[in-house]
Amino acid sequence: MSTTTEPTGTGVWLHAVVAEGPADRTGITGVAGTPVRTVTGPGLAAVVADAPLTEYGEEALRRNLEDLGWLERAARAHHAVVDALSRTGAVVPARLATVYRDDDRVAAMLAERHDELVGTLTRLTGRQEWGVKGYVVPGGTPRVTEPTGVGGAGAAYLRRRRAQLTAREEGQRIAADAAAAVHTALAGYAVSARRHAPQDRRLSGAPTTMVLNGAYLVERAGLDGFSALAGELADRHPELRLELTGPWPPYSFVAEPTAEPAWA
Amino acid sequence: MTTARPPSVVQNTGQVMGAGHEPANLGDILERVLDRGIVIAGDIRVSLLDIELLTLKLRLVIASVDTARQIGIDWWEHDPWLSSRARPPVEPGPRDPEEVEASRRPRVAARSAGKERDEYDD
Repeated sequence: MSTTTEPTGTGVWLHAVVAEGPADRTGITGVAGTPVRTVTGPGLAAVVADAPLTEYGEEALRRNLEDLGWLERAARAHHAVVDALSRTGAVVPARLATVYRDDDRVAAMLAERHDELVGTLTRLTGRQEWGVKGYVVPGGTPRVTEPTGVGGAGAAYLRRRRAQLTAREEGQRIAADAAAAVHTALAGYAVSARRHAPQDRRLSGAPTTMVLNGAYLVERAGLDGFSALAGELADRHPELRLELTGPWPPYSFVAEPTAEPAWA
Repeated sequence: MTTARPPSVVQNTGQVMGAGHEPANLGDILERVLDRGIVIAGDIRVSLLDIELLTLKLRLVIASVDTARQIGIDWWEHDPWLSSRARPPVEPGPRDPEEVEASRRPRVAARSAGKERDEYDD
């Protein structure tokens, strides 16, 4: 490979970094459909897959990432590898489309980021990410009474309209408060917590507005308690419908916690 | 679980526990693999700008459909992935500061990318 833009040859797609050690990874297929391999560094193993540059090179990726069909397949394939690795131990997932020229470059990255990667793996050991989404429950917020007053039909319409807007704002405020309360409670139980931007309905596919899109790093041994807490919170907040997803690989927790919410 | 109203529980492998509704959806996976995970500079430079060109579309959906419509973007109507999930127009959502701020970010990304620039010029 003479240049980085060479359209032929094979690149190396990084799926994730795990702790070095004996592990059975047979049957795990990488992004391009071939079995994953490992590139090792001191105490670390990068789980990679060969990726033909005709499809995963710079120009090809630029084109393919704009193709949502291709993106879906790549995202699911990448996630499937990370997910499989997470079932057997701590894993640091790489962001989609992290591609190297060859194994030596991957090894150099492992050496360069050794301390950070080891520290992150240690922090994530024995823990899983769980997602809790909260959706507004229709009718779960109070309705205002029909306002009365003097004036004609136009004035009555305006009063009604204003009351509807007030009711909607009130409903949104109540839902937002409930989402904050649920997040605070779950974060108190979890090792670490993040609030991500709520998904739009077109993305979530849900019939009502999402007001909470939380991620929680939970000890494997503490899952029952976390799940029970989510159940209690669902009971306590009938204005929200809660959905628990997981376990996820710790995508949201590879970076150290910061004071700022991830989406603010 | 002993509570009267447990949350639905959906396992991301597609296996549904308890009173779940559906397996993890593509949106859940995309927001994780595109926006999270460790950022390591690979050799193949698909720059963040490129990624933002892609996620511009997703972000607009994530941030505010209302805002997108206001600036004349309706690409999802023609997008097979999204049109399969497309729903009737929704009422404008709350215009809270975070949402407005989030909706600005992709516009900034787009401005520095000539390719989609004309869609944003007023």
